[in-house]
This record gives sequence, structure tokens and C-alpha cells, in this order.
Amino acid sequence: MRPLPPDRSELSFTDGKPPLSPLQAATEANRCLYCSDAPCIKACPTGINIPEFIRKIATGNLEGSARTIFDSNILGQSCARVCPVEVLCVGDCVYNALGVPPIQIGKLQRFATDAALARGPLPYAAGPDSGRSVGLVGGGPASLACAHRLRRFGHRVTIYEARAQLGGLNVTGIAPYKLPSADGLAEAEAVLAIGGIDVVTGVSVPTDLSWATLLDRHDALFIGVGLGPDSRLGLEGEGLRGVMGAVAFIEQMKLGQVNLRGVQTAAVVGGGNTAMDAVRELRGLGVPDVVLVYRGDEAGMSGYRHEWEGARKLGVRAAFRRQPVAFEVAEGAVTGLRLAPLGPDKRPLGVDPELLPAQLVLLAIGQGTLGHLVEGLDGVQTARGRVVADAAGRTGNPRVFVGGDCKNGGKEVVNAVAEGRDAAVAIDELLRRAGAEVA
Amino acid sequence: MPDISANTAGIRSPNPFWLASAPPTNSGPQIMRAFDAGWGGAVWKTLGQPIQNVSSRFGAIPWGGRNGVGFNNIELITDRPLESNFREMAEVKKRYPKHAVIASLMVETREEWKEIIKRSEDAGADGLELNFGCPHGMCERGMGSAVGQEPTVNARITSWAKEFATVPVLVKLTPNVSDILPHGLAAQAGGADGVSLINTIKSIIGVDLDTMVPRPLVNGRSTNGGYCGVAVRPIALHMAAALARDPRFNLPISGIGGVANWQHAVEFLLLGSSSVQVCTEVMLRGYRIVEDMIEGLEGYMRKHQIETLDGLVGRAVPAYTEWGELDLNYETVAKIDANKCIGCQLCVTACHDGAHQCIHPNPDGSLRVPIVDESECVGCNLCQIVCPVEGCITMEPVDNGYAPATWNLHLTEDAALRPKKGSH
Ligand SMILES: Cc1cc2nc3c(=O)[nH]c(=O)nc-3n(C[C@H](O)[C@H](O)[C@H](O)COP(=O)(O)OP(=O)(O)OC[C@H]3O[C@@H](n4cnc5c(N)ncnc54)[C@H](O)[C@@H]3O)c2cc1C
Ligand SMILES: Cc1cc2nc3c(=O)[nH]c(=O)nc-3n(C[C@H](O)[C@H](O)[C@H](O)COP(=O)(O)O)c2cc1C
Ligand code: SF4
Repeated sequence: MRPLPPDRSELSFTDGKPPLSPLQAATEANRCLYCSDAPCIKACPTGINIPEFIRKIATGNLEGSARTIFDSNILGQSCARVCPVEVLCVGDCVYNALGVPPIQIGKLQRFATDAALARGPLPYAAGPDSGRSVGLVGGGPASLACAHRLRRFGHRVTIYEARAQLGGLNVTGIAPYKLPSADGLAEAEAVLAIGGIDVVTGVSVPTDLSWATLLDRHDALFIGVGLGPDSRLGLEGEGLRGVMGAVAFIEQMKLGQVNLRGVQTAAVVGGGNTAMDAVRELRGLGVPDVVLVYRGDEAGMSGYRHEWEGARKLGVRAAFRRQPVAFEVAEGAVTGLRLAPLGPDKRPLGVDPELLPAQLVLLAIGQGTLGHLVEGLDGVQTARGRVVADAAGRTGNPRVFVGGDCKNGGKEVVNAVAEGRDAAVAIDELLRRAGAEVA
Repeated sequence: MPDISANTAGIRSPNPFWLASAPPTNSGPQIMRAFDAGWGGAVWKTLGQPIQNVSSRFGAIPWGGRNGVGFNNIELITDRPLESNFREMAEVKKRYPKHAVIASLMVETREEWKEIIKRSEDAGADGLELNFGCPHGMCERGMGSAVGQEPTVNARITSWAKEFATVPVLVKLTPNVSDILPHGLAAQAGGADGVSLINTIKSIIGVDLDTMVPRPLVNGRSTNGGYCGVAVRPIALHMAAALARDPRFNLPISGIGGVANWQHAVEFLLLGSSSVQVCTEVMLRGYRIVEDMIEGLEGYMRKHQIETLDGLVGRAVPAYTEWGELDLNYETVAKIDANKCIGCQLCVTACHDGAHQCIHPNPDGSLRVPIVDESECVGCNLCQIVCPVEGCITMEPVDNGYAPATWNLHLTEDAALRPKKGSH
């Protein structure tokens, strides 16, 4: 894999939630009630046995604690830092019902997993060789989780990744104050340390390598290609300097450099979590004035409330019920955005558009889907751009499985991990069955 | 991977963690669930003439908002028919041949002992545990601690059991005695293969302030019960170690009392127990706690490069000695790490009111890091105990030029003692 350049823009960020000290961790761990059939476990898409790993922190059994986490979620280290715990495990802690601060599960998980990775390789060995092989398309969280579980079952694994490095959005997309790209990459390496995972980077499927070839090479395939490029508004001038997709911008910031010289005001269009990240990142990169432009009301944004509150604290402004209708342009670059006021029904009020001067406009109005990539794969269906599959990731083609954003339409890292892991179990079942038939 | 398989008096188990005879071992289905969770052995809830229990039965002491730092109970032995118990015991042994199943027994007459031992062995018990410990109810009927407190009765009944038993016999001792040694030696004299200790400690857990009745409340009255849970561990550790270090006592020990996690279990092992039994923590948190106990023990053994339990059992015993054998010339003083100090000054108050008035507030009023007057510090370590920051206060040895000298050496050989500190 290509090493990351040393002068990345993301390096100007510091840890948004610093790690716990041993005393903080012990104090917090001892507060956990060790609930039975705990609600936090159910709220975790990967079903980590949270009370158990926390008890093990309390007793000083850090190795066992990490093991409890990784058994369910091999990307437990990044999940500890990137999961929206407020709406997952922590949100369901029974302490909430008592009006007592809930257990800081994410931070405890980070404490245990950081310690484990600092100690050395994860304590997993590959299963005895099954003689079967699986091709994984895409190298993001879904595929990494799938690959690791497949290795534990003893299957041979090859990951085909279009980019120069593994990790998917965990490396290219996560806000740097949650997880810098180097840490995402290090975690991917830790997953590979189980051995026997071949990695081919720089190949885009099916352009560079056809499905037919892959089906020839492998007994089964897993598709974990995530989502496509940022969606566009469809306005004239979108290709000009100063207009970018938010996810593309974030990737550039994380893996290289972004040039914000002369940017006094930046506008971010959208109300989802990518928009929430983008406004905070722009403030963090030193843009003096950042404006979130959203069609609906504050309450109607799909971005998490806690993220928006964080953005507000950083001084981010908002223009609600506003729809971009045109770019202002001078000398081949954007200078502003024309915004049409909308009514509560998100319909234009018919009044004159306002001008928002802005030297940078990021579009965070969603990402395209990659369902079209699987056209030509026998039996595999898509719906609204997503690859159709059952809960275990089985598509209409018995040899093809899917998981992560390209299946669920775009959720969280932890969902991708759960789906990748569960698909591995389904693939193992298939390969064992096939093995039994041959024998 | 270290080998944690255990052997106490010939009773073998995949690990040293046994469930103590108590509600968690009331029935076969429970014990099978416990074995599935990872427990290595189980001492069946004491069998005898089934009794009738009261409601309520338990009391608990809260600490820091959580219940159960200390626990007490007024429950008696099994209330289930013996037939059911033995049928289930046979079933457990059939399904879990490698796990240790120990029948805890309490009856009165020689004939009854003979009969119940035969039935236990027929059901496949790997060992017997004679309950000479229950400190409430049963002792009023001449059993339990009434036996355990009388060395001659203890030795006599133990010898009956040994006469009838073919499997190893453990005697479960009561802590409700002033010195445990004669009772351990009585079991040994009676021919026991090992001892287990402690059973619960006679106690009143508290008084309900609204009704003015001691707890637990049984229709307007209460009675003394048996104290257990983490609060009793120091007492249990002492009793187990007192036997382990006495040269006249040579039996294997199964340690019990206040074990809540692997660290506590390791303490018992280091002080000479070759297996460890748990009751209260399982009652409060479930069989699942054993996963951490196993991992923690293995991790500890790896860290200390110990391959089998034999390499661990009793390792702390030689360092446990008489007061008269401690070095009186060893001198320490408290040191406060200014970088770690958070300025709570709990040490100042503790030293001023509870020790030797030698930690003072910083004379520079803008600093809250206290100052230790080392010329007055007696090295009692109270300040270290109240300090909330780990590693902030350390007890540092001082070279005072005196050769080590114990009280015993001082008496016998007139060894020179350093001048006393803080005694003016
Ligand atoms: C800006 C942003 C911020 C986010 N923040 C968070 C967060 O804080 N917490 C959180 O839990 N989730 C967050 N997410 C969501 C999370 O990143 C995704 O849900 C998760 O990464 C999905 O994993 P995946 O493996 O399905 O896809 P991806 O991570 O997208 O990985 C897909 C991989 O497939 C590769 N690929 C694509 N097409 C091809 C092809 N044709 N051939 C070969 N390889 C291909 C890609 O290069 C990529 O490496 C965020 C997403 C975005 C966009
Ligand atoms: C509710 C309860 C019932 C008990 N019943 C028995 C019993 O039947 N036989 C016995 O030998 N000990 C009995 N004990 C004592 C325990 O086996 C054990 O010796 C004691 O509780 C100390 O261990 P702990 O601190 O882990 O609880 C009982 C303890 C409790 C709390
Ligand atoms: S613990 Fe169970 S048996 Fe005991 S009082 Fe509660 S419900 Fe009843």
C-alpha cells in the first residue's frame, strides 16, 4: 500500500475526544452496572458484549477486554472513535432512564482496544486451510471485517481495491478529529496481520477486472464497494473552481492538501452527517465564516443533533429553508451562491433569491450509488441503486454476497462491519456445503 | 497457554474456580449452565434433611451507591427432596464427566452420614464437603457451626465420613472461632483429605430504621445471619493462610470468601489454596463472571511465566510471618509527586487527624501540593491510602544506617533498634 504523504491538511486537527487515562477508565468501568441481556449490546449493530468488556477493564484484564470486543467487531478500535454512540450503545444505557450520565462506552472501548493494538498483533490465527477462495471487491470496513472472519474459517482471501490503500471511508472520509487517516490505515494493517489476505490495489471492478474473471478465480465473491461520488445540484457553473463535492473535499484534506487561501466564507449545502462533518472541518481548517445551507428546518436535518450542536459551538451559521438556484461567478471561479427562500413545505416562496457571497461551496447532498457496477452479474438485483440481498448478504446469485454502504444505502462503519462479518458466515456455510457435496 | 487445571485433595477440575455450596448450586440445571459458562467445579447446595426457609433471607451493605459490598443470609441447607438432588447430580456427572461435582453434606447421626455418603457416591460425586460451618438455624439443631466449633465433635464426625467414603473428603470450616488452627488440625486428625474455608460469619447486617427491626425482615422479626461477600475476604484470606503456613497442618485447602474476580482468586492461590470457591459474587452478577476469572488468571500466569497452578499455589505463604519477625529498622517516608497531585489535601487531613501531623499545606498559598515533614513522618502510609491519584504518594525507603533487626532479635540478641520517630 502507498504510504500517506507527511504533510496532510488533516494533521492540523487534534483528537476531539481524548483517550481516557487508566484512572479515568477504571473509575468509569466500575460505574457500569453489568446489566444482564444489556440494552447497550442490542443497540450495537455488531452486538459487542459491552458489560463484559467493561468488567474486564475494571478487573485489570485488558487483554480479555479487547478480545471480547474484537470477537464481535474486528474494527472495534475505529468504531470506538467513529461510532455515533449517542444514538447507539450509549443512547440505550440504562443510566439514561435514571437521569445519571450514561457509561462512556466508546471511550472505554477505545481504552481497551488502543492498549491491545499497542501491545502487538491481535490474538487471532487463521483457521486450517479450506482450499477455497473468496474475492472481495472494495477494501473498506465491510470487506475488512468479511476478510478477517473468512480467514478465521480458513478460506483464502483476495481483496481488490480501486484506490491505492485499504480502509475505505475509514481512511478517506472520517472527520480527522475522530480518526486520522493514519490510524484508520494502521487498523487495516492490524486486520491483515492474521495473514493470508492478498491485497490488490489500483483495480476498479469491473472496468479493470471483469466479474467473469473474478468468478473464475474464486469460489465466492463479496461486494463491499460503498457509495459513489458526491451528488450534484445540476446547476450551471458546478464544474468551476471553488465548487466541490464534500466527500471528495474531505478525502483530499485527509490524504493530501486543500488550499483555502482567500476563502473568507464557505457554504456547505446539505443537512446530513457529511454536511455536519464538512462545516466543522472547514472551521477547524481556519475558514472564518462557514454557512450551512439546508432546504428544511433545523429539526428536519438528518444529521445527528449532537454533531450540529458541536458545529454551532464552533460558530457555524445556518441558512435554513434555502435552495441554491445559481452560482455567482467571476474569472472562472465561484464568488457566491444564489439562494431561493423555501416555505415549510420546502417549496419556493416565489420571492427573489438572496446572494450568499462564498469563495468555496461544498456539496453534501448525498452520494451516488454503485449498483450499476453489478450489471452483468447473473442474478444480482439492484433497487434504488443498492444491491439487493437478505440479512446475511446473500444476493440473487448464490456465489455473490454483499455488505456495507452499497447494500444498506449508507449507514455507519459499525453497520458495514456487522454486514461484512455476517456475510462471511453465510459464505462459509456455502463453501462448506459445496465442499461436502464435492466430497 | 498456561495450564490452569486444578487438583484439591484429589478432586480434579479443568480450572480452580468452583461454585461454593449455596443458591447458585441449588439444582442440576443451574450447575450445568454454570459449567457451560466455564466454572470448573461446583459444591452442591448442602444436602441433608430438607428444611423450610423464611422470607426474606438476604441483606446487603451498599457502598458508593451499589449494593453488596457485604452480604448476609439466613438461609438454611437445601429445601429440595434428596431424590431430586441425587437424580440431578447423576445427570450432571454423566454430562460433565471432567468437571468436579462435590456433595456438601450435613446430617446428624452416624447412620445418617453413612446413608447420605453412599447416596452421594452412587450419584457420582467426585468428593464430599462436610458442612461444619453454617452459623444460623442449623447450629441451633446441633449441626453446622455447632460441630465446627467443637474440635472433638469435628474430628469424630470427620472420621465417620472417612470410614464410609471412598472419594476425597473436605471439611468446610466455620470462621466463627477465635483461632482457626485447632479446628483445621481436628479435621486433619479425623482423617480429612482437605479443608475448605470460610463459611459465613455470624452477623447482623443492619437495622431497618423505619420499622426498627434488624434486617432481613421476617414478618416483624429477624435473626443473626451469615456474613459473606467481598467485605469478608480479608478474614477469609487470613484464616486460609493461617492454616497454610502452620507446619503441623498438611492438608490441601479450597479457599472461600469474598472472591469477586480473578485478582481475588489469585490472592487465595498465592496464600496456599489450590482451588477457590465463589458464592456471593455469582448470586449478584451471575455465572458469567468466570470468563474474566479464567482469562485474568491465565494472563497473570503468562505475565509471571508460571506454567501450572502448582507454580503459583502458596507462593505468598513464606512472606507471611509473625509481627516479631518484621524488620523494625526498615524506615519509609511518604513522597508526594507534585506533578500528579490534584490538590485535594485529603492527605493533610488524614495525617493531621489520624496520624502524626507531619503533612502540611504548602506554605506558598498559591500551591496546593502539600509538604511532607520527613523528619516526623513515621511511614504509616495512611496518606497513601486516602490519596485518590494512583502513584501520587509513594512510600520511599530511607537509609538510616541501621542493620535489619526484628523484635525477636532485639529480645534474644539485643539487636540495635533505630530511634523512634514521631513519639514525642
Ligand atoms: C464524510 C463521511 C463521514 C463519515 N463519518 C462517519 C462516522 O463518523 N462514523 C461512522 O460510523 N460512519 C461514518 N461514515 C460512514 C462510513 O464511513 C461508511 O458507512 C463505511 O465506511 C462503509 O463501509 P463500506 O466498506 O461499505 O464502504 P467504504 O468505506 O466506502 O469502502 C468501499 C471501498 O471500495 C472501494 N471501491 C469502490 N468502488 C470500487 C470498485 N469498482 N472496485 C474496487 N474497489 C472499489 C473504495 O475505494 C473503498 O475503498 C461517514 C461517511 C462519510 C462519507
Ligand atoms: C444465601 C447463602 C446460602 C448459603 N448456603 C450454604 C450452604 O448451604 N452450605 C454451605 O456450606 N455454605 C453455604 N453458604 C456459604 C457459602 O458457600 C460461602 O462459604 C460463603 O458465602 C463465603 O463465600 P462468598 O463470600 O463468595 O459468598 C451460603 C451462603 C449464602 C450467601
Ligand atoms: S430474586 Fe426471584 S425468588 Fe427472590 S424475591 Fe426476587 S423474584 Fe422472588
